[in-house]
Amino acid sequence: MKNLEGTPLDQESFEKVVKIEWKPKIEYEWDCGIAISKFLEGLKKGYILARKCNVCGRVLVPPRMFCELCFRPNDEWVTLSDEGEILTFSVCFVNWDATRREKPEIPAVIRLYGASPNIGILHKIGEAGDTLEEILKNIDIGTKVKAVWKKEEEREGAITDILYFKPIK
Amino acid sequence: MARKVGILGAGITKFMRRAKETGKELAFEAAKHALEEAGMDINEIDCVVISTAPDAFDGVHMKGDWLSDGAGAKKKPFMRSFVGGGSGVFSIIHGWYLVSSGFFDKCLIVAEEKMSSCMPHPQGAFNSIYDQFIERPLGVNLLWIFSLEMMRYMKVHKIPLETIALVAVKNKKNGLDHPCTQKGISGEYTVNDILNSEIIAYPVHRLMVSPVTDGAAAMVIAAEHEVKRRTDKPIWIEGVGFCLDTSYWTNRDLYYPKYVEYAARMAYEMAGIKDPRKEIHVVEPYDPFAYKELHHLEGLLLADKGEAPKLLEKGFWDRDTENGIPSSPSGGLLGVGNPIAAAGLMRVIEIYLQLKGEAGKRQVKREIKRGLAQAWGDLMQVGTVVILSK
Amino acid sequence: MNVYIVGMGISLPKKSSSEFSFREMIYEAAIKAYKDANIEPKNVDIFVSVSEDFEEGTSIFDEYVPDQLGAVLKPVHTICADALTGLVSIYSLIKTGHFKIGVLEAHSKLSNVKNHSHLFAMGLDPVYIRPLEVNPYFIAGLEMAMFLDSRGYDELDAAFVVSKNKSNALTFGRSPFGTTITPEEVLFSEPVSEPLKRLDISPNADGACVFVIANEEVAKERKKDLIRILGLGFGGFTPNIEMWRGDAEYLEVASKKAYSMAGIKNPIKEIDFAEIDDTFSYKELQHIEALSLSRVGESAELLKEGFYDLDGELPVNTTGGNMGNGNLSLMNGARSLYDAVLQLRGHAGNVQLLDPETALVASWKGLPSASGAVVILKREG
Repeated sequence: MKNLEGTPLDQESFEKVVKIEWKPKIEYEWDCGIAISKFLEGLKKGYILARKCNVCGRVLVPPRMFCELCFRPNDEWVTLSDEGEILTFSVCFVNWDATRREKPEIPAVIRLYGASPNIGILHKIGEAGDTLEEILKNIDIGTKVKAVWKKEEEREGAITDILYFKPIK
Repeated sequence: MARKVGILGAGITKFMRRAKETGKELAFEAAKHALEEAGMDINEIDCVVISTAPDAFDGVHMKGDWLSDGAGAKKKPFMRSFVGGGSGVFSIIHGWYLVSSGFFDKCLIVAEEKMSSCMPHPQGAFNSIYDQFIERPLGVNLLWIFSLEMMRYMKVHKIPLETIALVAVKNKKNGLDHPCTQKGISGEYTVNDILNSEIIAYPVHRLMVSPVTDGAAAMVIAAEHEVKRRTDKPIWIEGVGFCLDTSYWTNRDLYYPKYVEYAARMAYEMAGIKDPRKEIHVVEPYDPFAYKELHHLEGLLLADKGEAPKLLEKGFWDRDTENGIPSSPSGGLLGVGNPIAAAGLMRVIEIYLQLKGEAGKRQVKREIKRGLAQAWGDLMQVGTVVILSK
Repeated sequence: MNVYIVGMGISLPKKSSSEFSFREMIYEAAIKAYKDANIEPKNVDIFVSVSEDFEEGTSIFDEYVPDQLGAVLKPVHTICADALTGLVSIYSLIKTGHFKIGVLEAHSKLSNVKNHSHLFAMGLDPVYIRPLEVNPYFIAGLEMAMFLDSRGYDELDAAFVVSKNKSNALTFGRSPFGTTITPEEVLFSEPVSEPLKRLDISPNADGACVFVIANEEVAKERKKDLIRILGLGFGGFTPNIEMWRGDAEYLEVASKKAYSMAGIKNPIKEIDFAEIDDTFSYKELQHIEALSLSRVGESAELLKEGFYDLDGELPVNTTGGNMGNGNLSLMNGARSLYDAVLQLRGHAGNVQLLDPETALVASWKGLPSASGAVVILKREG
């Protein structure tokens, strides 16, 4: 491994090299299908739907029309509580483009009551503090949380119809 | 039936924050070096395996096709396999099955990554790895999945943050001796340096993350009769394994990478390994984030669940260990850089060099006959494992 | 150890599939394939899916593969190529002797891409070609012009492909784009990039397809419908479209390997029928020649003589090809393979050929690629 090729550029030389710019213009409109459509319609009405497989007994969210482990169509719709517990969380100080945030956001995997153990969904935590210290004091794995919904007239059938989950006693 | 497959050559470029070369040019340089070491001309190659991570980095649809001429595949059979971050290690598995099956005798494997083309930041290309229906609308960020997994792993096993930082200290120091690394990626750091770097997504600190990098790596592999004819020091592919877990990643307990365990078991079985802790002598586990190395060492069954951090504190994974298993002697992604697919193949190349005794300052102290490289990818979902032996 | 296709399932090609998610479509195809093969997914050793990220609108689409195939915690990987190239992966994995049963999955949700020309544009060289901002169909127009000119063919020759295939589709009945259309009518459709007209382009469609592939030991438990993979190959040419010469070199490379594996010396005589990529009308003729299913410069004449008709000597695209079934992108090869197996099993209904034994299936990855694959199948038992 000698005489390795490659010409590293520092910030200054990177700005000087010849570049071509291209902004992707592809647009998509994804078919949600049976399970997710119904789930999103449920959110609009203020409830969280899951599917139950009567063979393995698991209550699954995000819902799908088949049980991926038993590999059969699953059986029934189940409404979950809008309260649950934190399975894991993070306190994130950067945006997707790597710029820093003034106030951190708190992504979390949340198991809603009624779903099977370890069956969680991704969402965010709010009303838990503005600094890392405050947040770590207010929440932990296992902390009980409750959904904070958008006003009914503002809901549009999207995961963001739940604004965030807030810690409760 | 299965034919033995061996390695004839390897090539690699520098790993750079931003390369002047295009992706095709990087692929060409790595391929050229691999062919030179193998003493072969491109016309002797039967097929080309191309490995590269999301098309979104380069903004090129069908990126494998686009890279094909740079990778030496003009008017040749070529294929691109793709398992996200696991692709680099998977590329040699891909080449292995094309040769082992008897389909081809000689295969060139080229792994390339040019992440710096993606603006404003390559991290953005990863937003679209999330589910488009119920995750992306939340305003996702790549770091989330890692910080969520790290938190779960740390909390379940009560691992101190200082111990996780030790992985970065070890690998960044090992990386100093790797010819591909650039200043700033490798270096002498203390645990405090790591913990004092900015928190980007707690518990992840900036220096616990491998940096965005451009680079390429390549290997030439061949069937037994070709290998024996061309080299006295053959290195063989003894076992391969790969496994993909459910895409419903929020439906799994993230504290343990079961998919790595299953991939490892597949590779161990193929290699006839009963006790990996005795029979694997050097390991290159995937470490894009510091905790990942420990997480993966447990998945590889080289440590009990929750024990890898304790072994780390005891120096068990150090390069100069005499009774332990040296882990990431190359410096890993934390110490050399992370041009995703190329970084995966770099890990395989490190095992190859270690087994040949050609790793220079990075050569491990203990005697080695067999080594393992592993990568991981997708939504914390896929494990790819390859075992090489003398 | 020979390798066989022992099961298959399809979510039928249609113009739109808006009521189902991609997962639900693939699940339908998978359930059918496992039933056809009489196996359960837990008995499958390896899975291969074919996909390209920008087509899905998802980075690392591999992530979303396992669940609907019953492949959770199984060895799964994606190949970024057409379905037949993916079949080479399954075949090779089985031939290593470490695996007995493999599954191949391909699908199309092209209807979810709202502006296809931007998708194709992303496949063009970002430095030399993209900045020209020409509708990417110009590549097909240029290639068509070069191909027709080099062979001394005209646009009407290519239009005969459309006429034949859409008519076969109509006879078959299952294919969504079957119709009666004369070559002259194709010629009168709007120009897209001369000489390419609107009707020279196969219309986009959605669908999903799953195959179960097995080694001899597993396959021999089946008493009937044994379809052996006799030979296969894949090939590429160059991504630099400036270097294309109007020949389909990728299929020359692929078929050379496939014929040599299958021991086929005279393909015109030894192949009973073929399912060949016809994403654009001229592609069928170009591919026929690259596959040596006619001499160079003679395919158009043979086509017009009825040589490739359902009742001809070497029927090509018996169920209507992509013209009749729609352009399913990376699934095109899978749909062709599915229909070839239907023919070999004697299940092709109105278009059933008389006792075919040996079939050739050839695919192209589509615009703007120069890669493709070939599979040769033989009915046993």
